[in-house]
Amino acid sequence: MTNLNNLRSSILKAASNSGEGHVPSALSILDILYLIYNEFIPNKVFLSTNNVDNRFILSKGHASLALYAVLNHHGKISDEEFYSFAKFESNLGGHPDRNKISGVESSTGSLGHGLPQGIGLAMALRIKESSGHVYVLIGDGEANEGTIWESALLAPHHKLENLTCIVDNNLSSERALDMGKFSEKFAAFGWKTIEIDGHDHGAIRDALKMREIGRPIAIIANTIKGYGVLSMESNPEWHHRSPNLDELEFLLGDMR
Amino acid sequence: MRKEFAAVMERELFQNPSSALLLGDIGVFGHRESFKKFPNRVFNIGILEQSMVSLAAGMAIGGLTPTIHTIAPFLIERAFEQIKIDFGYQSLGGNIVTVGASLDYAALGATHHCPGDVGMMLNIPGAEIYVPGTAMEFSDQYDRSCRNEKISYFRLSEKSNKQSVKTIFQNGSIVKEGKELTVIAIGPMLDPVVEASSDLDVTILYYNCMWPFDSELLRKNIDSRKILIIEPFYENTMAPVIQHFLSDRIVMTNSKGIPRKFITKYGKTEEHYEEFGLTAHGIRNEIQRMISA
Repeated sequence: MTNLNNLRSSILKAASNSGEGHVPSALSILDILYLIYNEFIPNKVFLSTNNVDNRFILSKGHASLALYAVLNHHGKISDEEFYSFAKFESNLGGHPDRNKISGVESSTGSLGHGLPQGIGLAMALRIKESSGHVYVLIGDGEANEGTIWESALLAPHHKLENLTCIVDNNLSSERALDMGKFSEKFAAFGWKTIEIDGHDHGAIRDALKMREIGRPIAIIANTIKGYGVLSMESNPEWHHRSPNLDELEFLLGDMR
Repeated sequence: MRKEFAAVMERELFQNPSSALLLGDIGVFGHRESFKKFPNRVFNIGILEQSMVSLAAGMAIGGLTPTIHTIAPFLIERAFEQIKIDFGYQSLGGNIVTVGASLDYAALGATHHCPGDVGMMLNIPGAEIYVPGTAMEFSDQYDRSCRNEKISYFRLSEKSNKQSVKTIFQNGSIVKEGKELTVIAIGPMLDPVVEASSDLDVTILYYNCMWPFDSELLRKNIDSRKILIIEPFYENTMAPVIQHFLSDRIVMTNSKGIPRKFITKYGKTEEHYEEFGLTAHGIRNEIQRMISA
């Protein structure tokens, strides 16, 4: 498994530097984003949005630090810009802004917007006879939103075989709603589903490659909030808190 | 106006291979020709307005120009956040066309009333807001703005003026010049305003584009320092806009529109307009009251 501790470190440092960030949410999806940008949209960040290619929408925009860390890793965001995260004049906000960052498809933040936009994007690619595939990553807490289930209805109806929805099932919703089995729910709406360990790169890669004629794919990625930083893992105290300098020093030495 | 919308849309779908039409299970029969001719770009999305707006924004990200259509309250009020963020904040272009303006569905009750739409849309920076007074005005406005990569909101109503006013796109127009008062007639309210003031010494300015607002026309035509706005939506919707552009002058401003309360009676739209004084007679009384004030 690729060791992403250098990216985890940068996420912690950027959050500490700014006093902002949803670090555990970013860490739960880091493995998935790393693979998407490394293998499935390798050139996407070089292209304008009008160029047809695979697309990715981070619907749970509060996990933006993971996206920025991956773009930084690929050299599309400089170190200086990355560490300007959430500062007054920065291009990198607590939620991503498509008008400021090349390669960001959607300005997400308010939950439940990314998946229906992904459906529209997938329909547009089909109308334009593109072979591009759309990946949308949502959170399990985000799946409380009605638009997620409206979208669950829409995508199979339109036979969007060029769409994959990844559910970051880090159990954020547990304290509010029991979401039950996501795979059964999506399957009931007509999606092809697969359930994986969201930190297993081989399983993530295989799932992202999946295609099904006439049906969208739902990947239920079981993840751990705060994954990789041991004292942050599944620890709700850190949901929207950035480490001070003492905590940062400790956390940087507290990795898997 | 609805029939014109179907014709305008069919033409746009033919002329622009990047245009798409999304219906919220409303107007499906009216747009049947477009469904037949452009099956891969015309969709009855269903009764899920919030997702329909986001989906349309996704299409815009993908390089299409979507037009979204359903009944006003379910699109503007229910899906407001999606319009605000997915189109407004993201700087994406799309067209929103509604029916059921204000009390057009009077008998269906307050769930189907929508006098607040223009006021809400004014809160989205950059959104263009059109309130056509006739089908021809709508056709012209849609043709000129549908591909401008902005949000363009077209508020269709059952009520139309007898004749279109020849206006420069997005500008207001002088219908009549007088000295005692300036009356601003908005969209389908022009006919009763003209009837009300035929023998009165007032200026009538006609507006069918609420934003961008043609402030220059107004500033040049308020010698009386008295303005009466006749609005087909909530009263005082446009007053803050007008006052903003006249902040350097002392002007008496009044508005007559749909009162800001839930309307719990049914019946016909005309009965409500009668009750609210939004008839030629009621408007004339208000004009005379302001002239003598």
